Amino acid sequence: MNYFVRRLIMFFVVVILAATLNFIIPRLAPGDPIGAVLEELRARGASTGGDAEDEIVAAYRARFGLDQPVYMQYLRFLTNTLRFDLGHSISYYPQKVEAALFRALPWTVGLLAISTLMSFAFGSFFGALMAWPRAPAAVNRFLPFFMVLSAVPYYLLGLILVYLFAFVLRLLPLGGAYSSGTIPRLELSFLLDVIRHGILPALSILLTSVGFWALGMRGTMVTVLGEDYLTLAEAKGLSGRRIFFAYAMRNALLPQVTSLAIALGTVASGSVLVEVVFNYPGIGWLLYNALRSSDYYMVQGVTFFLVLTVAVSVLVVDLIYPLLDPRIER
Amino acid sequence: MIETFLRRAKAAGSYTLRTPKLLLGLVLLASLLLLGLLGPAFVDVEKARPISVKPSQPPSAEYPLGTDSGGRDVLAVIIVGTPQTLRMGLLAGVVGVVLGTSLGLLAGYYGGRIDMVISTATDTMLTIPPLAILLVVAASVRTMSVENMAIIIALLSWMFPARTIRAQVLSLREQPYVHMARLAGLNDIRIIFEEIMPNILPLAAASFVGATSGAILAGIGLEVLGMGPQRTPTLGMTIYWAQLYSALIRGLWWWWLPPIIVLIILFVGLFLVSAAMDEFVNPRLRKTG
Repeated sequence: MNYFVRRLIMFFVVVILAATLNFIIPRLAPGDPIGAVLEELRARGASTGGDAEDEIVAAYRARFGLDQPVYMQYLRFLTNTLRFDLGHSISYYPQKVEAALFRALPWTVGLLAISTLMSFAFGSFFGALMAWPRAPAAVNRFLPFFMVLSAVPYYLLGLILVYLFAFVLRLLPLGGAYSSGTIPRLELSFLLDVIRHGILPALSILLTSVGFWALGMRGTMVTVLGEDYLTLAEAKGLSGRRIFFAYAMRNALLPQVTSLAIALGTVASGSVLVEVVFNYPGIGWLLYNALRSSDYYMVQGVTFFLVLTVAVSVLVVDLIYPLLDPRIER
Repeated sequence: MIETFLRRAKAAGSYTLRTPKLLLGLVLLASLLLLGLLGPAFVDVEKARPISVKPSQPPSAEYPLGTDSGGRDVLAVIIVGTPQTLRMGLLAGVVGVVLGTSLGLLAGYYGGRIDMVISTATDTMLTIPPLAILLVVAASVRTMSVENMAIIIALLSWMFPARTIRAQVLSLREQPYVHMARLAGLNDIRIIFEEIMPNILPLAAASFVGATSGAILAGIGLEVLGMGPQRTPTLGMTIYWAQLYSALIRGLWWWWLPPIIVLIILFVGLFLVSAAMDEFVNPRLRKTG
């Protein structure tokens, strides 16, 4: 089968699978939503039993389509999800889940995309230098530090950074995306405020992910350095700088770019914990609050969105990669 | 048989001593294990329960790491919680690697339709961010225990082992000695277990460390979000409680810092061991660093 067609089919399988899991898993859990509502009404002193109760139950079941057979419920859920109609939030009732998602998205993308790109650039460059035999010895001396940091979950480092810089030294804000009381608008003072709030979360991501990029880059760089065309480039008498950037690093970057695209796709799902630690009003913060208030539609909507972003970015990488690197034959 | 084993153990021992990374990593992990094993002999672990000591006390002679707002002795919590985290990681790691290795062997050895089904499933599952599934599952599970969590996480940690093992088996299958074994009339099961298995063990061991580390990472992530076991004190849940009760801005550093330090030691130890194992499996990495 054609590679592109196969890849597209796989993408749709992932999306439908994710939607299906979202449908099945909450239904496997004990208890039913209507029972929970009745329980709440009884707790407020509603009388139990009688025709009125049956009527209420029937009304609720019809309202949420629970009176229909399961396969009809499933089909309706699936079409709604694929149309990106993710339902209403329970905690903030008439608000739509997708509206909340799109309001949170810019913060997550802004914070995480920028810090991911920065750590990619730093990490790849240092990783390349590490494998380069003529690099200054200092490079190899402080890189183990970043390697060790890469093993530390970023949100744990984030907590330590907040304590040191925001609580003890009081240099930077404790959390949030902008000072409370300010109204988000496009002007310099607000922008500076946002940047000030972004420094600590960005730093915790940067410090813990530089090592990952450096490690990957060193691996491919070692392989590239063993290639014949590098020996030829040296024999031709090209300058070390030219060989390093134009011959070695350029070729070694290719697999790194794949990882970068995937990393950018996982930005949303990677954001969950860092946003919780820093009270950052992005997707992760939304998910955390939805979990804490048992806002199941919101949880389902956000997780579906997370799967979707990863699936899309992996699809894009897989479709573009053969064009970038003709040596790959599928 | 015993002689071979002794010779191999000796070789492994001397390799460990020659590789500082591996040695340091193992020492870090062993120290955490000892903390969990010997700790209860020195510290009353009953004080890890809520409301067993005076709350929010700074470190003192009586409570070396202070107490939290829920009236728990932080040192006792660490001693009880560290083995729980290790147990969860190892359990999930073992299940994940056994599952992954079996699937990888099947896909790589038999190829064809079996391979297509397994590979597609692996690639599909790799696309789904584990935290997303874990959160939905964890939100639906009424009571979370350490074992529950390990199983849920294990079901999502077989993909990487499956992929690496499959790739290795694909190349091993075409080795002359495998052809010889087949010509000699060995059946598939004997070929898989006697000819191929011994050659993928180092790789399986390396993926085991990776899977364990990934499982602990996922577990801690769930716990920090408050979806972990409610009744057992674990490291991640301690950080969650500390966050929930604003320990950070109340200056109760002795509440959240110790679990973070233990976790950092754990992750760095696992990282060093897995890096050393990668170098063993792929000697080209040994050249630098």
